Amino acid sequence: MKSSKKVLTYFLILLMAFFIVGCSSNSSKEEEVVGETTTVGPEDGAKLEMWLFVDLHQQFYTEMLNKWNEEHPDKQIQINFTVYPYADMHTKLTLAIQSGEGIPDMSDIEIGQFPNFLDGEVPWLPVNSYVEPYKADLVSSRLDAYAKDGNYYGVPTHVGAMVMYYNKEILEQYGIDYTQIKTWDDFTAAGEKLKEASNGEVFMTSVDTGGADWLTLAMSQYGESWVEDPENANVQLKSIENMLTMQQGWLESGIAEVTPGGQIDTEEGYATVANGEVAAFPKASWYMSRFTDYMPEMSGKIALAPIPVFEEGQARSNGVGGTGTVIYKESENAELAAEFMAWAKLSEEGGEKIWDILGFDPVNTKVWSNDVITHNPDNKFVQYFVNNPFDVFLEIQDEVNLIKTVPITTTINEAFNLTTLNEVLENGADVKEALAAAQEEVDFEQE
Amino acid sequence: MKGVQSILFSQKAAPYIFILPFIISLSFFWVYPMISTIIMSFQDIGTGYSEFIGLANYEKLLGDSVFHTAVKNSVLYTIFTIIILIPLPMLCAFLLNSKNVVAKRTYKSIIYLPALVSVVVSGILFRYMFSEMDSGLMNQILNFFGIDSTQWLKNWGTGMFALLLLATWRWMGVNTLYFEAGLSSIDKVLYESAEVDGANAWQKFWHITLPLLKPTRIYVTTISIYGGMAMFLESYMIYGGNSSPKNIGLTIVGYLYRRGIEKNDLGYASAVGLVLLIVALAISMVYLWSSGMFKKEDK
Repeated sequence: MKSSKKVLTYFLILLMAFFIVGCSSNSSKEEEVVGETTTVGPEDGAKLEMWLFVDLHQQFYTEMLNKWNEEHPDKQIQINFTVYPYADMHTKLTLAIQSGEGIPDMSDIEIGQFPNFLDGEVPWLPVNSYVEPYKADLVSSRLDAYAKDGNYYGVPTHVGAMVMYYNKEILEQYGIDYTQIKTWDDFTAAGEKLKEASNGEVFMTSVDTGGADWLTLAMSQYGESWVEDPENANVQLKSIENMLTMQQGWLESGIAEVTPGGQIDTEEGYATVANGEVAAFPKASWYMSRFTDYMPEMSGKIALAPIPVFEEGQARSNGVGGTGTVIYKESENAELAAEFMAWAKLSEEGGEKIWDILGFDPVNTKVWSNDVITHNPDNKFVQYFVNNPFDVFLEIQDEVNLIKTVPITTTINEAFNLTTLNEVLENGADVKEALAAAQEEVDFEQE
Repeated sequence: MKGVQSILFSQKAAPYIFILPFIISLSFFWVYPMISTIIMSFQDIGTGYSEFIGLANYEKLLGDSVFHTAVKNSVLYTIFTIIILIPLPMLCAFLLNSKNVVAKRTYKSIIYLPALVSVVVSGILFRYMFSEMDSGLMNQILNFFGIDSTQWLKNWGTGMFALLLLATWRWMGVNTLYFEAGLSSIDKVLYESAEVDGANAWQKFWHITLPLLKPTRIYVTTISIYGGMAMFLESYMIYGGNSSPKNIGLTIVGYLYRRGIEKNDLGYASAVGLVLLIVALAISMVYLWSSGMFKKEDK
């Protein structure tokens, strides 16, 4: 009798332990999902729900919505915007789709997350017919980024052309003319000179262990892609090998450092740039807003330029990042939503606002050559940078490739950002071996 | 009416009615999710579809090196927390119980305080403390002693140290309270009679305190095993997300989250969850068995 009592006691202990396990994993979920909601538009308009993950984007949509309601008295719209933190919004959207409940009429989706939302039966409205009126002026690779089986499911926001950001002040101080840098060899030579002149105080650039931008850039330059065949991804490419080998060389000779924080678009990264620790780094056009927002003291010191290449004639840019807006096909006002969204993001007037408010290179290239917009002296980006950003964008207009994001991309990025880049750049591992290991990890997922 | 009354006043039914709320909540929040997790672990689940794929998820787990890393991290973390968080709090409780310590309540409050701080807040603080930049607190301490700054959160050992320090700081007070409660339930008469027999302090501790604390020790160890195996948020906050260099901070629950939520593969994540359950159960069973829990009581 006594022993059975004891067994019961321990059973209860075990049970409690289970609850502790249960509770501790529940509590982690509680913190998410606190969004800020704003309603814009007249009460009698068609009501739409929209989720976003960047506060600034809401300002853009609000302006476009007010303009739309002014111009279309017969098609009034009221949108209820909710801004969530990045990861929370995508998680919440995944769960909404899985349960089939609470799906918003429209939602922004980050390009890296997009493949997750094209899996299985696609819940979104194909926007092909709504995009059609603007298509001739658009950078078409950006539409392809959100396509499946010939249907466009996402309305793109920007091109995200990569450029080289040079700290002109520092480079001039040490007698380096960045406009003469055309190839990576030139870049390396300039780095040597900078190291000598500054006594190793200033690094020419910083290389990333927590982001694959340098690698997608290299692929674009060689015209390769690790997802050439999306079912059979291959990361053992000449372009990647050359890039990583070159970066290892930079680290060894002390002309580059590993970016604090893993990549330059982090708080540590901003500090690195603002301290003048690095003289140059390649990043997408949208990094311009990081300068105006987080590094106002660098105004007038930073210049944009096309990125150096391995061999002359290679593409000098690559499209990075992006946000596609999807429209839920079961929504009552799906068609109106699609019409509004295509106009807001793809028309010339929309492009103008995208540039003015968000500082992005709009997908509609008509904007790029419209001097009134691009050279507007009141624009904060025009004021901030040494040269006009659009002069550079126009120069590389036809060289902005796209490395498509497909389902396996998440796994590839994970392998590189967590393991491969750390092995190669922090621990000095052999590039070929590290790439073989990464391939193994990728192959494991695509058996 | 009479029927209802006879049930309400029935001696046989009463106990079941009393435990009914517990049974209902248990079946809704525990049995039901558990059964559906088992079913889901044999499925391939995507947006708007699910199909049975037999043991494929489990076969994949066997060859999944990232998962193996996660299991290794979780198990080692659990073992280390137990090595630290059993003896130290016991010692603390012993000291707090001693006659020679003044301001006991103040000490107690101070060591208990961290448990009240949210993991999110403390995790972010630790993230900054262990920053790889020279301005990070831990690097400042190193520099003070003339040691070069280190990249705390990029290497396995130092990363684990950060996680363990956070756990120790947070749970020290809670475990101390458990042991304190255990200590105060030990009859003082035992100590007095030992003193009469000429036992010294160490002998009293070794022969009276330690054996009589066994139930508390077993309880604390068991919840530490589950707490350690279920650890996720601490790592998530310290590494500023669910990804750490070379997966040094990845735990089983972190991997479950990555697969189920971040990669939208709930079937595979369910398999991960079940393996977690089995591993946690196995470790605690072995522990309970080895500590004589399932033996028949000595006559």
